[in-house]
Amino acid sequence: MSTYLLRRAATSIVILIGLSILIFAMLHWIGGPPGRIVLGLKAPPQSVAAWNRQNGYDEPFFEQYWNFLVKLLHGNLGRSYKLEESVNTVLAQRAPISAYLSGLSLIVAIGIALPVGIYQAVKRNTVGDNLVTAGAFITYSMPTFLLGLLLIQIFAITLNIFPVGAAASVSQDSSIMGAIEDPRAMVLPVATLALVSVASYSRYMRSSALDALAQDYIKAARAKGLPERLVLIRHLVRNACLPMVTLIGLSIPALLAGNLITENVFNYPGLGIMFVDALNNEDYPILLAYTLMGGVLTVIGNYVADIALTVADPRIRLS
Amino acid sequence: MAEGGEVTVVQSGWRLALRAFAENKLAVIGLGIIVFFVVFCWIGPLLYHGNASVANLLNNNAPPASGSPLGTDQNGFDILKSLMVGGQASLEIGILSAIVATIVGTLWGAIAGLAGGIVDGALMRVVDIILSIPLLFVILIVGAKYGSSVLSLALIIGIFSWLAPARLVRGEVLTLRVRDFISAARAAGSTRSRLVLRHLIPNALSVVVVNITFQVADAILLVAALGFLGFGLSYPVFDWGDMLSGGTNNLLNGYWWEVYPVGLCIVLTVMAFNLIGDALRDSLDVRLRRR
Repeated sequence: MSTYLLRRAATSIVILIGLSILIFAMLHWIGGPPGRIVLGLKAPPQSVAAWNRQNGYDEPFFEQYWNFLVKLLHGNLGRSYKLEESVNTVLAQRAPISAYLSGLSLIVAIGIALPVGIYQAVKRNTVGDNLVTAGAFITYSMPTFLLGLLLIQIFAITLNIFPVGAAASVSQDSSIMGAIEDPRAMVLPVATLALVSVASYSRYMRSSALDALAQDYIKAARAKGLPERLVLIRHLVRNACLPMVTLIGLSIPALLAGNLITENVFNYPGLGIMFVDALNNEDYPILLAYTLMGGVLTVIGNYVADIALTVADPRIRLS
Repeated sequence: MAEGGEVTVVQSGWRLALRAFAENKLAVIGLGIIVFFVVFCWIGPLLYHGNASVANLLNNNAPPASGSPLGTDQNGFDILKSLMVGGQASLEIGILSAIVATIVGTLWGAIAGLAGGIVDGALMRVVDIILSIPLLFVILIVGAKYGSSVLSLALIIGIFSWLAPARLVRGEVLTLRVRDFISAARAAGSTRSRLVLRHLIPNALSVVVVNITFQVADAILLVAALGFLGFGLSYPVFDWGDMLSGGTNNLLNGYWWEVYPVGLCIVLTVMAFNLIGDALRDSLDVRLRRR
C-alpha cells in the first residue's frame, strides 16, 4: 500500500507542476505585461515600457515562470496590481471567511444527504423516494444563483425571516468575526450551497446504499434476528458511507464554483467576491493565486480521497 | 410456417436502444421540451414581433399586459421576445460547445487508448492537469477577455470541457482493442487511422452520445453563470443568463416577470437534457438492456 501511495504522490506532484505551468501560461498570455494596468491609461508608453522592463516582464516566458515558481515556493504570491497589498495578505484575509461558509454548508449538506439517501434506498420506488429524486433532479438542473434568488424571494422578501444578503452585517467589517456574529445572515447563503450539494450527494448516497443493501452481510444480519434499526445503523450506514468519502474529495471544484457564485448572490465578502472584483480590475496576480489555489486544493482532494478510502475500507488495496 | 420455434427479427443495437428510449416516459418528455424550445426560439420570432433590440425607457419594467404578455425589462425590451432571442444564444452555445468538446475528447481518448505506453501516460496526464483546474474559474478568466460572441464563448467552453469524453473514450478503446474484430481488421491490413475512425470510434460512440447531452446541460448552466456574473456575451447579443442577471437587480422591486419566466426556461431546458442523458445511459447500457 505504501508503494501505491508513494507512486500516487509522485503523480500528484507532476500534476501540480503541470498545473502551475498551465495556469501561469494562460494568465501570462491573456494578461500581457501589466505596466498599462498598474500605471493606468494616462501613463505615457515610455514609462509603461520602463516599468515592465524594471519588473522583469520583458524576459522570456520560462524565465518569468521560474521567477514566479521560486517566489511561490518561498510562499510569496506577488503583489496585487490594484489593491495596495500583497496577494498573501488578501488571501489570508478572505480565505477564512470563505472556508467558514463552505465548511458550514458542507457539514449541513452531508448531515442531510446521508439520512435522505439511506431513507430513499430503504424505501426505494415509493412516493417519498420519487419525490426526493424529483426534487434533487430539479435542484441539480437549476443555476446556483437562481436557487439563491428563490430563497431570497421566499425567506427574505415574502416571509421576511432572514436578511437579504450578508451585505448588511458583514461587508463593512470584512473579517471572520463579522460573519460569525450574525448567524441569521448566514442561513440563506449556507442553505443555497448546501442544497446544491445535497442534490448530488443524496443521489450517490441512494445508489451506494442500494448496493450495500444487496450484500450478503445485510442478509446475514437480518437472518440472525437483528432488529432492522440496528441492521441499518451498524451495517448499512457504515458501508454505504465509503463511496461518499471519495465523492466529497472529488467535489472540490464544484464546491469552489458554488462558493464563488453564492458569495456573489449574497454579497458575502470572501474569495468569490475577491475573484470577480479582480476579474473586473484585470488584477491578474490575484486571479493567478486563487486559480492556482483551487487547482492545488483539487489535487489534494483527489489524493486524500484515495488515501481515506484505502484506510477506511480494508477490502480495497489499490495496486 | 418455419419449424423449430418462433423466428425473431434480428435488431441492431442502436434500434434496440431507440426502442428502450421511446419506452422511457421521462426521456420522451425531455425530448418534447427540447423540441418545444427549438420551435419557440427559432420559429417563434417569425410569428411574434416584440421589441428586443431597441431600448425604450418610456416603457421599461412594465408588468405583463396585452401588448407584451410577459412584460418588459429595465431596457424596455419585450420579455417574451427576449426569451426567444436569448434562448437561441443559450442553446447554440450549449450544443456547439458540446460538439467541440466531443470531437476533441473522442480523438484524444482514442489515440491515447490505442497508442498505450508512454504516449497514453503523457496524454492522460495532460487530461489530469486540465481537469484539476476548477472549470468555472478558467472559463471566467478566458471568457471575460475573449468570450463576447456566441462562437467564441462556445469554443472556449468546448476546449475546456473535452476531458470527460476523452477519459470515457479511452476506457472504451482499452476494452475494445483486445476484441476479435479489431484483430481481424488489423490482420486485414487496416491502417491505424482507419482502425480508429472506422472501428474504434463507432463502437465507443454510445458513451460519447450519453456524455453529449450532459455536456449541453452543463454548458447552458455555465453560460448562465457567466452572464449572471457579468462576463457573458456582449451587447447586443445576450442569453438567458444575461436576462436573469438584469432581472436580479429588480427582484427587490417586485418585478417578478424579469426573473421567473427566464429562470423556468433555463431549468426546463437543462432538466430536459439531463433526462435524455439519463435515459440514453440506461438504454445504451448493454448490461441493463433487454435482449
